[in-house]
Amino acid sequence: MSVPEGKATDLLSSYDPGLYHDELFGGHDCPAEHAALIRQRLAGLDFAELLRRSQDAERELYNLGITFLVYSDKDAVDRILPFDIVPRVISAREWAHLEAGINQRVTALNLFLHDIYHDQKILKDGVIPADLVLGNGNFRPQMVGLDVPFDTYIHIMGVDLVRDRHGTFRVLEDNGRVPSGVSYVVENRHMMQRVFPDLMQDIGIRPVDNYGHKLLDAMMEIAPQDIGDPQVVLLSPGTYNSAYFEHIFLAREMGVPLVEGRDLVVENDRVYMKTTNGLARVDSIYRRIDDAFLDPRAFNPDSMLGVPGIMEAYRKGNVALANAVGTGVADDKAVYCYVPRMIKYYLDQEAIIPNVDTRICREPDALQYTLDNLDKLVVKPVGEAGGYGITIGPRASTEQLSECREKLLADPANYISQPVVDLSVCPTVTEDGIEPRHVDLRPFAITGKNTWVLPGGLTRVALKKGTLIVNSSQGGGSKDTWVLERGVLEGGAS
Amino acid sequence: MNLLARYAECIFWMARYMERAENLARILDVHETFARDTRGATNWFSIVQLNADEKDFFSRHDRPTAEAVVHYYMFDTQHPNSLISMLRMARENARTLRPWISTEMWTQINVFHNKLLEMNGKDVALPNLSKLCTWIKEECQTHTGITEGTFYRDQGWYFYQLGKYIERADQTTRLLDIKYHTLLPSPIEVGSTLDVSQWTTVLRSTAGYHAFRRVYPRGMSPTTVAGFMMFNEGFPRSVVMCVRQIDGLLTRLKSRYNLRGGNEAMEKVDELLGALLSRPIEVIIRDGLHEYLDWVQGQLCGVTDEIGRAFFGQDTVVVAQTQSQ
Repeated sequence: MSVPEGKATDLLSSYDPGLYHDELFGGHDCPAEHAALIRQRLAGLDFAELLRRSQDAERELYNLGITFLVYSDKDAVDRILPFDIVPRVISAREWAHLEAGINQRVTALNLFLHDIYHDQKILKDGVIPADLVLGNGNFRPQMVGLDVPFDTYIHIMGVDLVRDRHGTFRVLEDNGRVPSGVSYVVENRHMMQRVFPDLMQDIGIRPVDNYGHKLLDAMMEIAPQDIGDPQVVLLSPGTYNSAYFEHIFLAREMGVPLVEGRDLVVENDRVYMKTTNGLARVDSIYRRIDDAFLDPRAFNPDSMLGVPGIMEAYRKGNVALANAVGTGVADDKAVYCYVPRMIKYYLDQEAIIPNVDTRICREPDALQYTLDNLDKLVVKPVGEAGGYGITIGPRASTEQLSECREKLLADPANYISQPVVDLSVCPTVTEDGIEPRHVDLRPFAITGKNTWVLPGGLTRVALKKGTLIVNSSQGGGSKDTWVLERGVLEGGAS
Repeated sequence: MNLLARYAECIFWMARYMERAENLARILDVHETFARDTRGATNWFSIVQLNADEKDFFSRHDRPTAEAVVHYYMFDTQHPNSLISMLRMARENARTLRPWISTEMWTQINVFHNKLLEMNGKDVALPNLSKLCTWIKEECQTHTGITEGTFYRDQGWYFYQLGKYIERADQTTRLLDIKYHTLLPSPIEVGSTLDVSQWTTVLRSTAGYHAFRRVYPRGMSPTTVAGFMMFNEGFPRSVVMCVRQIDGLLTRLKSRYNLRGGNEAMEKVDELLGALLSRPIEVIIRDGLHEYLDWVQGQLCGVTDEIGRAFFGQDTVVVAQTQSQ
């Protein structure tokens, strides 16, 4: 493909999203009129200039240390999450729909968690197989019968959404343990404001920079009620964690100490941090450590990252934890399949954002269907994160397919299968010009007393041509996500 | 607001590593200048002796050539006292402290470190050394300026200043010691052109020549230069000036933030200051300057230990462990 030459050439004139839904152009029967002005501005840019700005942006991310650690066999290297400067645009109408859908989903999952750690009605009514929940490795018996403030378990939720060929948003995955990525949402916006102010001018983009305040508000709300001015901290596994930048970011935004397990002690079932003046009480902890490592006395006894005794302090109500312990059972890939039924069961509503059509291989029919259609399906292990262990049928070799078949037969309960979703595409800067690349979207919701959804989310983009996997560990990048103000550009622009 | 003990320690060490890096650049620069003087035969090995690195150095190098010593102190990542290692440590501390320090402070250290990492062997070739040292000094001074202009003034600021002044006092004693290690002047050489020019170089390396001249418009002797660098009350790198700062910082830190610990550290500083003010430089040189400088360095280590015990949480850890058993 050749670089468009001269100013007369429209930078987007040879752009072709193919059969996919496009985030800037829309679909075949639903053109994205709200993005017309943005398209027009983009098209008028000089490609060399665009590349230069793009490189400036990445250089700045590196200088600012907005990086994550990648571990190779030899050592750990600081990498930036590649940043693409063409934004992904969501209209006010689309966003209202997504916001309602995410709200509904978080509400249902919190009701589900409260239920399974109390009366277990949903299991008794046979809506979800009991062994799927009770036999789940992330079900925490320590949580049974424990009441948490406002019955909120998932205070911070990330929902992975994809958009199919018809432009319909679907939930691909729930992240209700320690979802990451929100720092990039805010930093990507700052970056766009620096390198692309002319593109953003007068567009009316909803701000994302109040995430930290909202998070702090929620952390204060859930603190023990007898505390006047609760001490909030962020608990991180430390500088070697790949998401350490995000921990820094959130601690800064909230203006709270970033602590590690070794900074905290528990005495008389109360949590303290070690300061220059001795021990100081801690009331509310945003923890970025998985359940298993949180407390060596309650969970993994080998954990050096956690705080011995913190679970007992939590059970006594002397400290708040976000997210609550035991939420992993709700974002399990097998439990995911039942979320639409959960919504129906608890809220008597249909799911506003549908799931991707999913089969649970623990069920004999589903296993048979999966085995029969292996070359057409995506097979995912239920326990893995970060896109590992996935087999994409249509793109797999015969060898890979037979390997997948063996694994399925050996341990069917460990897998689910889904049709290949034709992830939507978005114009993206490549060395050869602007080309379509597949994207997903991870919006974030914060819940204390109530739920608030950050307008936007992390748009991840698969930078390799044709690739569907957007994870940062597998060569993905990110984009700024613009949720438009109501009415500004709605219904077309001149 | 509470300051996490671990943060206080990181702040203290970030300041020390940045100050140390600046002083290492100064020391290398002095040697480069010595090498350019009439005699030419600079003893590069003296830097190794100065830092007591002999064992580590000879485990990787046969002879202390200029190239070997410069590389060892600039870019040897295995060597904890090399510039690249100091910057790595400063950056690691700064990274830990990112929730606490300004973005500008962090970015400057990060970029400085990354630039050093990207350098190759060519940049350390001797003809470039002076230029490189100037650049490093300027980066360190930029850090100092950004810190002055952006560091929020609470407890953390005091730990930053404590780290900086303890390190600076220590480094000034090491710079003075260069003369001891470089050339043990024979009685004939004392006062010779070469001797005077080397004392001038030591002074210039601390940017103190103009100040010295203001105090001593005429003449220059080892006694006046050493006395100036040790005891002058107005020279920002003199040992007494630094120790007075440490004394004042500890007092204000404790009173302003009602910190319980720190009495032992204050006693140690009083003891050091008392000793510094009690003997004239002539007596010290007669009894052995090198031994005296060693003693001062030891006292500064003692102050560091006491600060660590009082504020960086070592005591709390011990208490917590005993209680949980």
